[in-house]
Amino acid sequence: MFNSLSDRLQDTFERLRGKGRLTEADINVAMREIRMALLEADVNYRVVKEFVARCKEKCLTAEVLSSLSPAQNVVKVVLDELTVLLGSTDSRLTLAQNRTPNVIMLVGLQGSGKTTAAAKLAYLLKGQGHSPLLAACDTHRPAAADQLETLGGEIGVPVFRGDGKDAVAVASGSIKEAVDRLCDIVIVDTAGRLQIDEEMMEEAVAIKQAVRPDQILMVVDAMTGQDIVNVVTEFANRVDFDGVIMSKLDGDARGGGALSVREVTGKPIKFVSMGEKPDSLEVFHPDRMAKRILGMGDVVGIIEQAQKVANEQQVADAERMLREGFTMDDLLSQMQQIRKMGGLQKLAGMIPGMERAMAQMPQAASDEQLTRIESIIRSMTKEERARPKIINGQRRRRIATGSGRSVQEVNQLIKQWDEMNKMMGKMKGMMQPGAAGKKNRRAMQQMMRNMGGGGRFPF
Amino acid sequence: MGLLDSLKVGLKRSREAINEIFYMGGEVDEDFWEDLEDTLVMGDMGAELALRVTDDLRDRAARENLTRAEQIRDALAQRLAAEFPEAARDPFTDVPSCVLFVGINGAGKTTTVGKLAGRAREAGLSCVIGGADTFRAAAIEQLQVWGERAGVEVITRERGADPASVCYDVVEAAEKRAVDLVLIDTAGRLHTSSDLMRELAKVVGVTRKRSSAPVSVVLVIDATTGQNGLNQAREFNDALELDGLIVTKLDGTAKGGIALAISSQLGLPIYRIGVGESLDDLQTFDALDFTRALVGEGM
Repeated sequence: MFNSLSDRLQDTFERLRGKGRLTEADINVAMREIRMALLEADVNYRVVKEFVARCKEKCLTAEVLSSLSPAQNVVKVVLDELTVLLGSTDSRLTLAQNRTPNVIMLVGLQGSGKTTAAAKLAYLLKGQGHSPLLAACDTHRPAAADQLETLGGEIGVPVFRGDGKDAVAVASGSIKEAVDRLCDIVIVDTAGRLQIDEEMMEEAVAIKQAVRPDQILMVVDAMTGQDIVNVVTEFANRVDFDGVIMSKLDGDARGGGALSVREVTGKPIKFVSMGEKPDSLEVFHPDRMAKRILGMGDVVGIIEQAQKVANEQQVADAERMLREGFTMDDLLSQMQQIRKMGGLQKLAGMIPGMERAMAQMPQAASDEQLTRIESIIRSMTKEERARPKIINGQRRRRIATGSGRSVQEVNQLIKQWDEMNKMMGKMKGMMQPGAAGKKNRRAMQQMMRNMGGGGRFPF
Repeated sequence: MGLLDSLKVGLKRSREAINEIFYMGGEVDEDFWEDLEDTLVMGDMGAELALRVTDDLRDRAARENLTRAEQIRDALAQRLAAEFPEAARDPFTDVPSCVLFVGINGAGKTTTVGKLAGRAREAGLSCVIGGADTFRAAAIEQLQVWGERAGVEVITRERGADPASVCYDVVEAAEKRAVDLVLIDTAGRLHTSSDLMRELAKVVGVTRKRSSAPVSVVLVIDATTGQNGLNQAREFNDALELDGLIVTKLDGTAKGGIALAISSQLGLPIYRIGVGESLDDLQTFDALDFTRALVGEGM
């Protein structure tokens, strides 16, 4: 059983990769796999059918079949088609210039994450120098307004609740409130509704007419299955939205629904929502998403994430490490950095082939292992962390007891630290001026071999 | 509205889709089988299961000489119904009982707890609600509104309190008062977040240990969920050893095929299905009724 779309496609293409020349039958096998994989990723059945047909047509051209690396060309065709299907990067919110306040309205099914998305959007806009106001127009779900008020309080954005009964009146009232409070953007959070619920759909239309939003965003759960097509079609017909926020993409759902939404409604996906924290609303990048789906890794994403996390202090630390060697504290802070970036699992998911490699090695690094190492380091004294050389047998026993791990595990960690420290020393040698040349290249290659082969890293 | 009727309304769209195939003609041909497979896939049943089911049915049709679409429809309903395991006991009527509701964010846990409390009161059972969702903003307030509507006491603590200790308090209070049914709402979480799953395992562990009444852990799943639902259920099952499922939001156009996939692959019974907004729309699950309504039999 394949775990994900990337795994599945990778497997297919690995089989194709071995071939010098592809026949139509080979392409058919590949397309069948792609079809099944996309279906497993919840891409709508009709969308899959069209997509696969388009890809097949392109793959059957002489250019692809008779090229030197047909398999790679098939990959390219599928990737390009997927990127086209996902649309362009368009996360700008088009707001009327000469209108104050601007209005953004959120719609969607129950439980898709509208209220959370409203708070995240407010946080984002606030960071851009706007002064948003949240309007609690979900008058149906018990305590929905309380939820919005709490979230608003956490990010320092005012919330307008009105009388909490008539959603349309709350929406209109929020505009007046925004003028009084000098807020320049109103974010209207509405009640979740099924697309077949006539009364509720009418309410959404009534709110729309009352506040004439600049942008209507539909919040769509990334885990939604085949039905997503019916949902977005009906919402597009009735309320007509301008773009989509995909929520819950921090789970392991492949978000095949993103493809369906684009293909069926033509509306752009503007943001992806990746977690519980208010800053986890991210710009949607179709090319990255397509690559990620195809198992080609989201390398740009990793770099961006690293940049976000790294700060000047850490740059200074890196220099000190090279100068004075690597301490346990450095190891700890590196692990915390991995955590900040979303944990090993998330990072691994962005590196090509990494997810598969990790899945195949049961004793390979896991997030749990990180936690264990962290607990061992935390059981060391300041002095021990700075100079791990002083950790003798007695200290090892104490650290093991303190962290609830075995002495062997402590030994292993110290050994790993030792290896890393040696590596640091080598790097230092290489970086010294005037030492370039063959000898260093060899040393570098040796180091790479060490890294790839024997030594298992603590993370 | 009777059970069968509302099921039918809820599943109308899927039935229409399947009917399209069945009314294409009396004799079945290759296209029929392909369309059947596609329809099942469209119902979120999962490509793998859909293939298996159609292959099985094909054999059976050949063996029993079923050549007409209606015969196959009946065979299909039975075939699908056989995929659901039977529930050994109903944790909401076999009292005393303590039920924990788990699931991802937005699946409908809190609403389900509220409705079940209302049903329990109607049936004359004494009931308390435990609010162990101390994470989501206003989850406690939402539960309290439901508690008031149902006339059931809600035991909880302030936001941010340790959910395991809330459960301990709830079970303790319930036992002191000899309450029939304890319903505990937990915070929604994604199955991929290992820290939160561990927290939940602790909550379940504490409750199982403390409660003298049998404890059931029920996964609440949204019918609109796609194939990721299987991952969700698998992770929750691995971490918590689930007892069964409740499928919500079957009143939309979603076909809820994922429920079949989860139920059959993990061997979990479905205790209730939600087919509407009102209290009575949370119904007991009958496999054959469900699949009959799905394939449009007896219309």
